[in-house]
Order: sequence, then C-alpha cells, then structure tokens
Amino acid sequence: MSIDTSHPARPVRTGGYWHLGLAAFLALWWGAYHYLVPFSEWVTALVPVDRHGPAGAAIAFFVFDVPKVMLLLVLIVFAMGVLRSFFSPEKTRALLSGRREGVGNLLSAGLGVLTPFCSCSAVPLFIGFVSAGVPLGVTFSFLIAAPMVNEVALVLLFGLVGWQVAVSYLAFGLGIAILAGFIIGKLRLEGWLQDWVRDLHSGANIPAMADGERLTMPDRYRLGIEAVREIFGKFWVWILLGIGMGALIHGYVPEDLLVRIMGAEAWWSVPAAVIMGIPMYTNAAGVIPIIEALLGKGAALGTVLAFMMSVIALSLPEMIILRQVLTLRLIAVFIGVVASGILAVGFLFNLMF
Amino acid sequence: MKTVKVYGPGCKRCETTAMLVQEVATKLGIAVDVEKITDPKAIAMAGVLATPGIAINGKLVHAGGLPDATKLESWLTC
Repeated sequence: MSIDTSHPARPVRTGGYWHLGLAAFLALWWGAYHYLVPFSEWVTALVPVDRHGPAGAAIAFFVFDVPKVMLLLVLIVFAMGVLRSFFSPEKTRALLSGRREGVGNLLSAGLGVLTPFCSCSAVPLFIGFVSAGVPLGVTFSFLIAAPMVNEVALVLLFGLVGWQVAVSYLAFGLGIAILAGFIIGKLRLEGWLQDWVRDLHSGANIPAMADGERLTMPDRYRLGIEAVREIFGKFWVWILLGIGMGALIHGYVPEDLLVRIMGAEAWWSVPAAVIMGIPMYTNAAGVIPIIEALLGKGAALGTVLAFMMSVIALSLPEMIILRQVLTLRLIAVFIGVVASGILAVGFLFNLMF
Repeated sequence: MKTVKVYGPGCKRCETTAMLVQEVATKLGIAVDVEKITDPKAIAMAGVLATPGIAINGKLVHAGGLPDATKLESWLTC
C-alpha cells in the first residue's frame, strides 16, 4: 500500500485551498441568508395576486421557505458530514461494549446522534453491538436515538420555528432514547431475540476491520460534500412537497378548524398524531415546513411534535428490517415503549406551552 | 484472481459498490470474482457494522458508505 512517496508536501497545500474555499462559501451563504426576506417579497410581488389574500400568503410562504430550507440544509448536512467523519460504528461499539446500563444508555443515545448510520445498516449494526457485549438496552438506546434526534430536524426547527422548540426536541428526543433503552434493558428480553442472534451473543469470534487510514481535513470536507449531495439527490422532491403542503396550509386552511382538531383542548389529537405518523415515512426536511405552517395556524406544540417524532422515529420500513433479528414480541415492545415516550412528550408540551 | 466480497442487504448503495468494484478492476486489468453477500448473519459475522462493506481475498478493507474510486484502486493493486 506504500505507493505515495511524494505525499507529505501535498495535503498541506490542497488543505489551504479547501479552507479558503470553505471560507468563501460561508461568506456567500451568509450574504444569501441575509437577503432572503427582500428576495422572497420581490418574487411574490412579481406574481399578480393579492399579497394579503390566501394565494399571496401561500406563494410568499413557498418562495421564502424553499431557499431558506435549502440554505440551512446545505450548511447543516455539510457540517454534520464533517463532524461524523470523526466517529464510526466501530469506535462507538468499542466505547459501549461492556458498559453498564444507566451510564451506558446515556452515552449510547449521544453517540447514536453522532455516529454515521443508515437504516439499511440497522441489522449488521445491531448484531455487531450485541455480539460484542453491548447490553441489549444500551443497543436500543442507540437505535432509537439515531433516527429520533435528527440533526436536520433540529436545525430546521431552530431556523423555522424557534430555539425553544428546537432545544425541547433535543432534550426530549434524547430522554426518550435513554429511558426506552433503560426500560427495555430492565425487562431482560434477551430471550426474545431470534435464536441465531442469541447464539452469537455468547462471544463468537468476529474479526475486526483493518485499521482505517487517518483522514485529512480535505477528506473530511469531501465527506461533508458527499453527504449534501446524497440528501439532496434523495429527498429534494420530498422537501419541495413538504414546503408546498406547508404553503397550502398557511394560505388556505382556516384557523378555527385547526385549533379545534389539533389544539391543546383536544386531548385525543396526541395519540391520533402518533398513530398517523407510524406508517408515514419521510425525511425530517419534508415534515418541518408542514409543522411550521400548522403551528402558525394555532395547532398545539405537543401534538405537532408528537406527530413529527412518530413520523421520524417509528417507521414501518425500519421495523421490517429489524424483524430479521428481533422476534415480533420484541418489536411490539420496542414500538410500545417509544410510542409511550412520544405520547408523554406530546401531553407534557401541551400542558407546558 | 482476486475474490471480492461486497457485504450489504441489497440496498442501492451496495449494488453501486459492487458495480464500482467490477468497473475499477476491469479498468486496471485485474481479474476479480465479485460476490454479493446479503445475509445479515453473514454480514455481521464478517465484522461489518455499516454497509456496504468490502473484503478482498478475505481481508476486510472498507465498511460504511460508497468507497472512493482511487482507494478501491489501491486496495485492488496491493
């Protein structure tokens, strides 16, 4: 593998270009973000509708939110891509193996947010963790936190809805992951794994990967850019659809209707929101504009957050993947515990705000 | 002849990875036998935590995400 003898001098120089490029990009970003309001008003004024009528409101919402969401997404996804390059499932597993419950759940939930992970890796990751001696409950804290506390959701909530909501979402998302994993650990459900996973549990000899090479800063930037490309490639339709839905709600849905069915008075709306969210599966970036519009029309915060968490964290496709390693009973417990946590958050927020 | 195993449950990225391996090998003129491993148990037993993973002649060289083409070249040639 020792091919590059001329290597030492090069990374430094290209590294400099990369840093410069990043600085230029950030400056451009900042400028664009600053001119969002005048830009969107200017575009809206070009369309021959009454700015204060429903159509005008919907169009203004759309042309303001599309560039704003796109700008926020580029920045967050890039930053997270770079940050995540410092973490890997292997390192996380090494940190978690043999941890006791409690501290283990706490650490695991935090790492779940930071470790790069895609839902199609859920099964190998689950087996890899459990077989390396990571307790079942701690593994679950990881598996719940990873989708539940979504960095895209977090920053979009911050940018579109407000920091109080963003911070509450982070705190309660982590809380649910920690608590749910803790409860699942206490229930001693190891017997409910599929048989072959349990056999692995008794310390099979699994080879470790050869030591990964050290990444340079440009490598990490490249990973960030790759992450941005992937999110946009996969989800741009959903993002536009989500913003379009949000715009329609913002312009056309009458306020008293939403207050009646999604207001704090209607207690049943929280469980209804959770149940509705399970079969729905979309990226966080598609849900947040809808949430922004719903909140603007007087929907209760707890109800809306419950809906969002349910859409993001409880998804049928992931359950189907996990079915390979978990028995149906264990999946039912998993859904039950997480859904109860989300319900609790929903009710609590409706009481608090 | 090199045996390359691509580990992944059959998601799109794993397919792309397998194709990329084949492509790079053809470009370099290296004969490879690419095998796709989709069984979750086998994937886990190989020590792959994040898919797609790549093992060349039994040695795991990559796990998680699409591999870089230039890195693939260096793995295949060494």
